[in-house]
Amino acid sequence: MATPALTVDNLSVVFRTRSGVVRALEHVSFSVAKGETVAVVGESGSGKSVTAYAVMGILDGAGEITSGRALLGALDVLSAPRHVLDGVRGRDIAMIFQNPRSALNPIRRVGDQIADVLLRHANVPPAQAGLEAVKMLDSVGITDPARRARAYPFELSGGMCQRVMIAIALAAKPSLLIADEPTTGLDVTTQAIIMDIIAARAAATGMATVFITHDLGLAAERADRIVVMHAGHVVEVAPTAELFRHPRHPYTAELLAATPGGTSRLEDLSTIPGSLPDLRNALLPPCRYSARCPRRSDACDGALPQISAQTRSAFACHHPVAA
Amino acid sequence: MSAGAVAERSGIAHARYVIGENPVTAFAFGLFVAIVFAAVLGPSLVPYDPLASNTSRALQAPSAQHWFGTDQLGRDLFSRVIVATRLDLTIAVASVILVFALGGLAGIAAGYYGGWIDKVIMRIADTIMAFPLFVLAMGIVAALGNSVTNIVIATAIVNFPLYARVARAEANIRREAGYVEAAKLSGNGDGRIVLMQILPNVFPILVVQMSLTMGYAILNAAGLSFIGLGVRPPMPEWGIMVAEGAAFMVSGEWWIAFFPGLALMIAVFCFNLLGDGLRDIFDPRRRT
Amino acid sequence: MTPEPLLDVAELSRRFVLPLPGNPVANLLRRLRHGPTAAPRLHAVDDVSFSVARGETVGLVGESGCGKSTLVRLVSRLLDPDEGSIRLGGKELTYTQARNFARAPDRGRIQMVFQDAGESINPRYTAQDAIADPLRRLRGLSGSALDTKVQQAATRCGLPLALLSRFPHQLSGGQRARVGIARAIALEPELLILDEPTAALDVSVQVVVLQLLQKLKFELGMSYLFVSHDLNVVRLLCDRVLVMYLGKIVESGPAREVFANPAHPYTRALVAAVPDATRKAEDRTRLSGEIRSPIDPSPHACRFLGRCPQSAAICGTEMPVLKAVSATQTVACHFPEARLP
Repeated sequence: MATPALTVDNLSVVFRTRSGVVRALEHVSFSVAKGETVAVVGESGSGKSVTAYAVMGILDGAGEITSGRALLGALDVLSAPRHVLDGVRGRDIAMIFQNPRSALNPIRRVGDQIADVLLRHANVPPAQAGLEAVKMLDSVGITDPARRARAYPFELSGGMCQRVMIAIALAAKPSLLIADEPTTGLDVTTQAIIMDIIAARAAATGMATVFITHDLGLAAERADRIVVMHAGHVVEVAPTAELFRHPRHPYTAELLAATPGGTSRLEDLSTIPGSLPDLRNALLPPCRYSARCPRRSDACDGALPQISAQTRSAFACHHPVAA
Repeated sequence: MSAGAVAERSGIAHARYVIGENPVTAFAFGLFVAIVFAAVLGPSLVPYDPLASNTSRALQAPSAQHWFGTDQLGRDLFSRVIVATRLDLTIAVASVILVFALGGLAGIAAGYYGGWIDKVIMRIADTIMAFPLFVLAMGIVAALGNSVTNIVIATAIVNFPLYARVARAEANIRREAGYVEAAKLSGNGDGRIVLMQILPNVFPILVVQMSLTMGYAILNAAGLSFIGLGVRPPMPEWGIMVAEGAAFMVSGEWWIAFFPGLALMIAVFCFNLLGDGLRDIFDPRRRT
Repeated sequence: MTPEPLLDVAELSRRFVLPLPGNPVANLLRRLRHGPTAAPRLHAVDDVSFSVARGETVGLVGESGCGKSTLVRLVSRLLDPDEGSIRLGGKELTYTQARNFARAPDRGRIQMVFQDAGESINPRYTAQDAIADPLRRLRGLSGSALDTKVQQAATRCGLPLALLSRFPHQLSGGQRARVGIARAIALEPELLILDEPTAALDVSVQVVVLQLLQKLKFELGMSYLFVSHDLNVVRLLCDRVLVMYLGKIVESGPAREVFANPAHPYTRALVAAVPDATRKAEDRTRLSGEIRSPIDPSPHACRFLGRCPQSAAICGTEMPVLKAVSATQTVACHFPEARLP
């Protein structure tokens, strides 16, 4: 198999806070092939966004990467020096965020903000940057792009702002796009269009996409493979169809059973007992789901099966659900 | 009421943490305690009667006997500076409490109700802001008459726009808050919502504002006395004492103006630093 | 004949007056010269009629900005309508102004659960204070009678009594949602309005809260008006559904039928946008074009014009009205697409 676009290998992150050390990520490993869309799913507190922030090198001050690598091609972005990273971010990896309006500069026209990226990362001559920016807006499905390029972010709707963000992110033709809950807070009709645009660009340029979401339905529809996270651990990785047909990790199974789908009835949905463990606790069990798990045994106190970055399909459990 | 007790404890614990974490805040709180101590107990602790003149000892430089020296009438400056704390602090506290109540309530009403109430209150505030504040305070004292009460009123009036604007902005944000709508559904009329829902949430922000304007209120009161409005000699008051000492600066008796000026500066400095500390204590986001 | 519905909303409209564009001095001069000019008005809710039967759950769906929030605030009597009537159990509620309704005897009959439970509880109130507030204000309870009622409401909502002394920031998202629900049901209202009650919750917690709401509905015999943008959740909970677009109801009918056979092109796009792994990407309806402005819209043109994939000349000259396309389903479109029974 060819080199993956991104390999996250054994990534661990801690946050030092007033109330203790939060072990936010532990031994997180997965990879994304060129042209592949991988969804990272989990509930709030699962560490899915922290993973993205660590890879982008934008963890906040209290966060510290204690182990691991994130290989973008041959470059480890976690250990690369600052000046190398500045050339990589925005050119090879791009990121879009949940709240597009706050990620845009409120006092600059959106066309100028796209042109900035084109000038900096795409070697577009200054005379053509404005025209290229209009083309970029057109390519993300904004009607009347020449007029919209002169608009300020506050004059655009949330969905429109997210399209501008995508235009900025894709301007330099990155090899990897990290999308952190890109459609949360947008209407379903807009969400569908935004996801279509990302998918079309990925298909056209062979861009790899890491797509972070809490919405299993959206992940099911859009991703090639799914990485399921729980309390800072990757608990299962599998191709989408396989994961939904035969979830192996008990947590994945419970999560699927709790998600309202097209046909399920309210009384048939299952609830997951217990809650996330406190990640400040120094004595967390090897399996952080074991306290909530109906399949728990003494074996669960032993070392957890590791998921390596190279496997396409794996689960971290001693007592998986039968396939 | 165990719930209240829990909250109280965590509040005090948090205050202790903020003070412990930031030495500047700890220093400001220390100074504040010292100032309050001087105001409350000062008159009964000072070595000399602050009003007793003794011309045989006039204009002595600071010494072991008279730490801050003596003035042109032979009064002990140390005793006068300490005793003056009570008057200056009283004027400042009274005016700040007055403006806190008036400006805070007017601002909350403007922010919550909007419409013509908002327009009237804010135009009054704008009008006050249009004057140079100290000149306005001078005018008010000159018009109302020369008394401590009128200094308090004048100082409160010039600070009114600050409080009204802050309270209005905060109330305006909160009037659409979910818990305000929930309170309406629970049967609370506008008056109760202002008092029970909005005020408790705006209160801490105004307390920080209070600390920041305390320094200004002290300066304002001293400034009025300095130019001869307000407190009159022989009453010990920092502003008058600086005014009296100013004439002797040229002839080399620097201590008469210097020490009351220093006390004034320390008090203003203390309250300004305290504002930052209070902001940290009241900001719930800093509790995590 | 069908029995009288619990809630009957008829021809309800609310328009917000916007400031005149341009600078205030020029506007003043223009007004002095030419007399008063009509300020632009945003038509948030425009001629909306619907009803909710006793024991029924009616879903209200539509995109952000379609007027859902304004409509529920009109029905819950937090806002005054410009026109129209709101009748609860046959009694007209619009005679009392919203600002006085807080102390009206009917206040306790309509309650609401808010979208963000954390934001709807005063940060300086404990859970006990929050749940007690309506009981104290509207039932005049105090002392041990009040405590009993608060504990009863909390228990009904599965909130451990030990948590009653906590402040909102000391509770988890699911616990805060329970406090918000306990406060709303403490008065045992006849109509409970649910404004996206699970939008901020994780899936596992969402199921628990939805099941709780379903249980409470039967226990207390309430009717629900359920606002949501998540069609999967609406499908689970609602008997009937109203689809709103730019201030107007464009389709209504039994939830199952509307989702299975959406008749309005907007509903079709909405249903098609719900993520579904089993559907091919090619056969999805996508909306293009721009939303019409809700400011002084033409009374003669369909509001969906411009985004509609099937518009014709008549759509720009005649506003479609709600018409029955089956025994139970109505739609406001000149070209509805529905299977007749």
